[in-house]
Amino acid sequence: MEKMVNVYLYGKKYSVPASLTIMEAMEYAGYQLVRGCGCRNGFFGACATIYRIAGDRELKTCLACSTKVEDNMYVATLPFFPLVKEVYDINKVKPTEQIMMQLYPEIYACVGCNACTQACTQGLNVMQYIAYAQRAEYEKCAEESFDCVMCGVCSSRCPAGISHPQVAMLARRLNGKYIAPHCDHLDERIKEINEGKYELLLEDLMGKPIEEMQELYNHRDIEK
Amino acid sequence: MYTDAFMQESIKKVEAAREANMKLDPRRMTAEEKSVLLKTYHPDYREDQFENLVMGPNAGQKVPRELAKLLQGQSRLLNVDVDLSNPDYDTDVLIIGAGGAGTSAAIEAHNNGAKVLIVTKLRMGDANTMMAEGGIQAADKPGDSPAQHFLDAFGGGHFAAQKDLLYKLVTEAPEAIAWLSELGVEFDKTPDGTMVTTHGGGTSRKRMHAAKDYSGAEIMRTLRDEVLNRQIPVIDFTSAIELLKDEAGRCCGAVLKNMETGELLVARAKTVILATGGAGRLHYQGFPTSNHYGATADGLVLAYRAGARLLYPDTLQYHPTGAAFPAQIYGALVTEKVRSVGAMLVNANGEVFMNPLETRDVSAASIIRECSDRGNGVPTPEGYAVWLDTPMIELKHGEGTIEKRIPAMMRMFGKHGIDIRKEPILIYPTLHYQNGGLKITDDTQTDIENLYAAGEVVGGIHGRNRLMGNSLLDIIVFGRNAGKYASEKAKSVTPGNPTLAHVAEFEQLRKDAGVSGDTLSPQLLPDYTRKVK
Ligand SMILES: Cc1cc2nc3c(=O)[nH]c(=O)nc-3n(C[C@H](O)[C@H](O)[C@H](O)COP(=O)(O)OP(=O)(O)OC[C@H]3O[C@@H](n4cnc5c(N)ncnc54)[C@H](O)[C@@H]3O)c2cc1C
Repeated sequence: MEKMVNVYLYGKKYSVPASLTIMEAMEYAGYQLVRGCGCRNGFFGACATIYRIAGDRELKTCLACSTKVEDNMYVATLPFFPLVKEVYDINKVKPTEQIMMQLYPEIYACVGCNACTQACTQGLNVMQYIAYAQRAEYEKCAEESFDCVMCGVCSSRCPAGISHPQVAMLARRLNGKYIAPHCDHLDERIKEINEGKYELLLEDLMGKPIEEMQELYNHRDIEK
Repeated sequence: MYTDAFMQESIKKVEAAREANMKLDPRRMTAEEKSVLLKTYHPDYREDQFENLVMGPNAGQKVPRELAKLLQGQSRLLNVDVDLSNPDYDTDVLIIGAGGAGTSAAIEAHNNGAKVLIVTKLRMGDANTMMAEGGIQAADKPGDSPAQHFLDAFGGGHFAAQKDLLYKLVTEAPEAIAWLSELGVEFDKTPDGTMVTTHGGGTSRKRMHAAKDYSGAEIMRTLRDEVLNRQIPVIDFTSAIELLKDEAGRCCGAVLKNMETGELLVARAKTVILATGGAGRLHYQGFPTSNHYGATADGLVLAYRAGARLLYPDTLQYHPTGAAFPAQIYGALVTEKVRSVGAMLVNANGEVFMNPLETRDVSAASIIRECSDRGNGVPTPEGYAVWLDTPMIELKHGEGTIEKRIPAMMRMFGKHGIDIRKEPILIYPTLHYQNGGLKITDDTQTDIENLYAAGEVVGGIHGRNRLMGNSLLDIIVFGRNAGKYASEKAKSVTPGNPTLAHVAEFEQLRKDAGVSGDTLSPQLLPDYTRKVK
């Protein structure tokens, strides 16, 4: 017989196998999920959840798909958090300090409480990446925030009203477009293709009888 | 953390053999060996798991049993009155599905001046695209060429790809990478801007571009941000449940269902792009899946009912390395990149049994053979599995490599107490990708006029097997093309009156063919309630 635990979904008690994730426990209890369920594996950030273990003072946060149930766990999902997303034209913005001041000035009101970092379901140093964003160190902000799944839990805890995931999103795009080194071999290849350099080669290949293609494929050299 | 005694014993063997195993470069199988292996062990060859369709455009052809049921299923609108005369939405281009293909299409259609509307089942970006880990192919380095890329993909797909589509895929690949870079996607590069590229199964050149092992997430969140910046309307938690056609048989919109309230809505459009993705959640043959919650082949069902042909719907991709342990992540993807960066496949006895970079179908079949007839699998609660020896990676490339190159994998297993830097992981094939799908012409149009399609819902680009990294590529290349063509076409279309006549006709076909059963389709979501996996 499988070990069972008691979980309280929105305060209501259910007995579920101890091996389940919170998400599976909800389904086991009979919920047909629509919102709050996505990749079921930690990539979408669609299933942000708060819980408290009875007797414990602290409210903890997690993704329901990647966290196992515990005995006497009180659970409520937070499948949508109204973040602020400012619109901008990626071709017009520049990776300067002004852009953050203009779009997300609240980051400068960060009080350094570190609640965002403590709440992060990905274990990221959220407060640190916001500090990088304040200083327009977008490359560092991008690196520090890279694994963010934008679940929004950090923002739900922020007394300064910062939408951390959106700040990081902007920093990553600025970094990818403007700061990261430019790739020359890519330009070169596109130019060659546009000039028709590979047309003959490809047409010749495509026109070959299947046996010849098989021969070529089976004996092609493979880069070490 | 492996507490099972057999697993612990087996790990000792894996550890003891690691030094020697690392030095091996197992020979690749011959074409003949591969062919026998596939026929004997690949799930696509289990005849009893397929069924011949008895009606519709592909009548007489075999598809997985679960898919046959849905393709020949009953419309959700059969006995429902829908007022088509007062559409809730009126737009130039309607895009169904907001994954990578749908959002790329939206951006290009918007560039072309069209009024665009996106509807999607879950949230924008909650899609297989977001889960892609490994990377995206493009022949952009010296020593590689689009022709070489063509040969790899054509051979890997068993010489069955539609050549005109594959030509487009490989020749527009570098441009697709540049487009993404311009949008701000952070590809892995060296300080001088050279792309960091690796092999994937079946590639002859190192042309796999990546953004760590969050490649799809990095692409998807950037595309999503761009759609939001352009303020293109997106209606989330809303699924298309039937297409609309006008009196002339041209597609002119869709009937939508609010997933939360059940409300039905009508969207009228000049052209429609289907970008609904794959089918993993149908769990063919009982396999677990790497796919997201909404991957239920809806696009195939909608278009089939409206009269569009499918190509290669009998070929599925089982990714060789799905997580087999612990149960909480059963079926979740372990990216091929883990093998690209140096981990080998090792059986219960600590023996390397194949070259880790064979194509996916061959690798999956070989693992199934190891776990069945050869009896070299490690028993787990869900079945047998083999090891993927991840600690090799850091022995080969130095400490820190795993965190830098495959952080998502480290995190996924870390959450369950397994440190992949020190311990190997257990894997078994998982249902991963729908190779087949809607047949399209090289302007991305289906058999139905004004119905376009892009992404995993399409069949033919990859033939009968797809190489890693060619799907992220195809959704960008063909998503963009679909957006351009559909918006261009919309300029000259005056839609007629929307009807659901084809639904009634389909029901008649069902009766005539003697199809019984009242399975409603499209399925929309799997039902996992009150079950323990
Ligand atoms: C775990 C994983 C890892 C992968 N790794 C790689 C990789 O490394 N490289 C690579 O090239 N490929 C990879 N792939 C494959 C690739 O990611 C997908 O094939 C591709 O992203 C599909 O894109 P798409 O836009 O066609 O579909 P999706 O991204 O799945 O988007 C489809 C969208 O349509 C919506 N939808 C579905 N039905 C309806 C409906 N009825 N009405 C409205 N909306 C609907 C869905 O909810 C979803 O939002 C991977 C796939 C998975 C699952």
